[in-house]
Amino acid sequence: MHRQLGLTDDELGDIQELLGREPTELELAMYAVMWSEHCSYKSSSVHLRRFPTEAPWVLVGPGEGAGVIDVGDGLAVAIRIESHNHPSAVEPYQGAATGVGGIIRDIFSMGARPIALMDPLRFGSLDDARTRYLFEGVISGISGYGNAVGVPTVGGEVVFDDCYRENPLVNVLCLGLLPKERLVLARAEGAGKLAVLLGSSTGRDGIGGASVLASAGFEEGSEAKRPSVQVGDPFEEKRLIEACLAMLDAGLATGVQDLGAAGLSCAASETAAAGGAGMDVDVARVARREPGMNPVELLTSESQERMLAIVEPKHLDEVLALCERWEIRATVVGRVTDTGRFRVFDGLFDAVGVPGTNPPAPRGDEPPDVSSDRQPIADLPCESLGNGPSYTRPISAPADQATLNAADPWEALAENFGPGTDCSDELLALLATPTIADKSWVWRQYDHQLFLNTVVGPGGDAAVLRLKGTSKALALATDGKGRFCRLDPRTGGRLVVLEAARNVACAGAEPRALVNCLNFGNPEHPQVMWQFQQVVEGISEACEALGIPVVGGNVSFYNESRGADIDPTPVVGVVGLIEKLDGVPPIPRTIDREHLIVLGTTRAELGGSEWAAVVHGLDGGVPPAADLDDARRLHAFVSELVAGRSVGGVHDCADGGLAVALAEMAFGSGIGFTVAPETEVAAAAWCFSESANRVVVSVDARPLPHILRRAEEAGVHAVDLGTAGGDRLVVDGVIDVGLAEAERVWRDAIPNALGAAATAG
Amino acid sequence: MSTRVAVIVFPGTNCELDVQHALEQLGGTAELVFHTETSLGGADAVVVPGGFAHGDYLRTGALARFSPVMAAVGEHAAAGGPVVGICNGFQVLTEAGLLPGALQKNAGLKFLCETVECRVDSTHSVLTSGAALGAVLRLPINHFEGNYICDAATLDQLRADDRIVLRYVDNPNGALDDIAGIRNEHGNVVGLMPHPERASDTVLGSADGVVLLQSLLDAATARSAV
Repeated sequence: MHRQLGLTDDELGDIQELLGREPTELELAMYAVMWSEHCSYKSSSVHLRRFPTEAPWVLVGPGEGAGVIDVGDGLAVAIRIESHNHPSAVEPYQGAATGVGGIIRDIFSMGARPIALMDPLRFGSLDDARTRYLFEGVISGISGYGNAVGVPTVGGEVVFDDCYRENPLVNVLCLGLLPKERLVLARAEGAGKLAVLLGSSTGRDGIGGASVLASAGFEEGSEAKRPSVQVGDPFEEKRLIEACLAMLDAGLATGVQDLGAAGLSCAASETAAAGGAGMDVDVARVARREPGMNPVELLTSESQERMLAIVEPKHLDEVLALCERWEIRATVVGRVTDTGRFRVFDGLFDAVGVPGTNPPAPRGDEPPDVSSDRQPIADLPCESLGNGPSYTRPISAPADQATLNAADPWEALAENFGPGTDCSDELLALLATPTIADKSWVWRQYDHQLFLNTVVGPGGDAAVLRLKGTSKALALATDGKGRFCRLDPRTGGRLVVLEAARNVACAGAEPRALVNCLNFGNPEHPQVMWQFQQVVEGISEACEALGIPVVGGNVSFYNESRGADIDPTPVVGVVGLIEKLDGVPPIPRTIDREHLIVLGTTRAELGGSEWAAVVHGLDGGVPPAADLDDARRLHAFVSELVAGRSVGGVHDCADGGLAVALAEMAFGSGIGFTVAPETEVAAAAWCFSESANRVVVSVDARPLPHILRRAEEAGVHAVDLGTAGGDRLVVDGVIDVGLAEAERVWRDAIPNALGAAATAG
Repeated sequence: MSTRVAVIVFPGTNCELDVQHALEQLGGTAELVFHTETSLGGADAVVVPGGFAHGDYLRTGALARFSPVMAAVGEHAAAGGPVVGICNGFQVLTEAGLLPGALQKNAGLKFLCETVECRVDSTHSVLTSGAALGAVLRLPINHFEGNYICDAATLDQLRADDRIVLRYVDNPNGALDDIAGIRNEHGNVVGLMPHPERASDTVLGSADGVVLLQSLLDAATARSAV
């Protein structure tokens, strides 16, 4: 039976040793869920220790519901990122919606009001009908849940690559704001406190590892058709947010915890273990959605919109009244003990020994059988559920890595794109690739303005949120690039951190914290674990160099498509602090007659680039160099220019290279440009190389000499490329296209790809 | 004492703090009034803000009209008091019968969050009295169901009585006659889909909503002086 639940023979041995006896069916089921890869990080934890996690402003690091940093003025910011990849592959709308719901609960469980969401998304090619269905469903789910629950979605990414065809990546980041003194950690200390279950009733939706449980035959027959994807209810969640924050504000609860993966068993045991206490839970008290649910189902159900609050008995009446005001269900289901044991009873009312009424039996169910002398149906050391096994899995580089790296795409491209070759069509092709194309079809469906904080919304380099009542603002960016990580996971890991930090610098901010969502293939493949270890190393090196602490993360393994592991795809979110927000910061735009200056060095680095890999199908080579000292100097310089309003326009240079960055700046204002390529690199490579550590700025002629001098002093390579003006995009001798035509191609690509769906049936 | 505005909060409302913030930036006092209240506490004006009252799982606004506070809002309106419904608040006011017509799903069948241009087509309302006739305001919209519809006789009446206060310059949602906002017969009740509170500060991209919110505060002040 343990094998059907996903436990190994060794793990069963560990459980028998812990308990000193054979586990009960319920105990085995709880260990199976809590020791699963998803809950225990058993394959990744040995590597995750590598991350730098400390900085003077870090209030809460990895391992809690969310990371929390101090931003001054009595305010703190909570941030977390998670994946909901597999549920979204099965049912895109609910998969994405419940991902949003779960991350929001993690944030308000810290006492923070969720104020912003970001959604980094990855899909296969839009040529594929199922991908279009997944894409539209995921966007609708985020829009449907996020807008209704009342948390604005201020940014994210949408990337298309065939490796995600059957396994889209649906990551979601949430940021919350709280008065520093309200910070609460989910701790159940103090015997006698009550565990109050808040929110939805408990159903059979999303039972942890539902397929495993079903095949184990706990209850023959009916399980097969149960949905394994949970269903979200944003209205319930909105009321939960208000009730929980009001409860914490009034000091009525000493902690609240989300019921996420593994449901009640995880929330209750973790809360008790964190407080060094124990907990008794009576499953008979849990309100159910349908008759006949057994204790295993009740304890491991992942029904959405549920929280567990730890409440002193003297505050219970006030808590119940507050919940009634917000129309949410509140049921005492357990009591904190000093035994250090997690004990589960079924119908032992006196053991819980608290006021309140028995929850009504669901339709068609028998009322619970209550007695005062029940024996526990589970009785185990609290911390043992959270202290799962840890594995050092075999690691080895893929056999074809050297061959892959040797296939430098520029060697192949140089033949066709020698000096004097016109690349206008190449630029148009790049602008039409869905990864680069305009995403306003997506952003328009997200409420990105609620709370009146959004100074820069989706589509820019970083979202900028003002902090009302202070002069400060936050800059927030997410980035990931699986192709770079496949070619060289360590460099790729560095590059994603550099890009996110660079985006934050473009808003004039100092990076303060990073969270990561590590999307990988099957950890039982040594190649995947090699990629994982290398990526963690690269992220760590870049964070150390830039002084950014990692305050949280999430690991998603087993992402596979058509039998192949996805490209290793770490996605990072970086939050930065703008000390003094002085109006809207410069955005990606050209300004008539101003000079366009590129900061940073361009080399013929085409490995993994959009131009080589997507437009020309050449996906080998090595990724661009990720020099950390260059990055540090560039970010400090850009951040200073932007914060000091020395530049009127600014844009990170990334996907598609300089030609695309310049075109996007032109689209931002409707003003074209004429620039001359630098001569150190072949012109086509100069246009489309994705060399790291580059930013384009728009500078007025008068301060230009001064700014170039400051760049030199700061050790930042700066080149005056030419000026903005007119209605054409001109790179001398290489590109000459009308702005209107280029913008139309860029703007219509995604709507056209989806419109084709209608005609293609 | 500054002018007092009651901002109604249903479970699921989410723009109440934004409306409160924007009104207070203009010197007003905005008090949140929970839907279970039966009195507006002597407020001079009412705003029914945006959001998803009671989850909007039925028709938008269909349940909110039954909340106890709506009787008080109805009485306030009948007595000539200023009442403004924004977005979901507009939907609630049509369901409650304080304004004619209904809001149906956007023509494109997608949620729309973007800043659009609206023209002031009547200044005879508590929301537009301070604006210039014909002025074009940049205001954010944020809705799935903002496509205004009513029967032909009602539309004729709205036109004849100068009750269409705001029209979209470039209709984003299929609304009949480009209607973005309407008023009742006396001009004291106004419903609109755009969010003036989201256009209350240049750092947010537009301050064109200020003239509307200021008109409302002026109307409330005039009333409190009576």
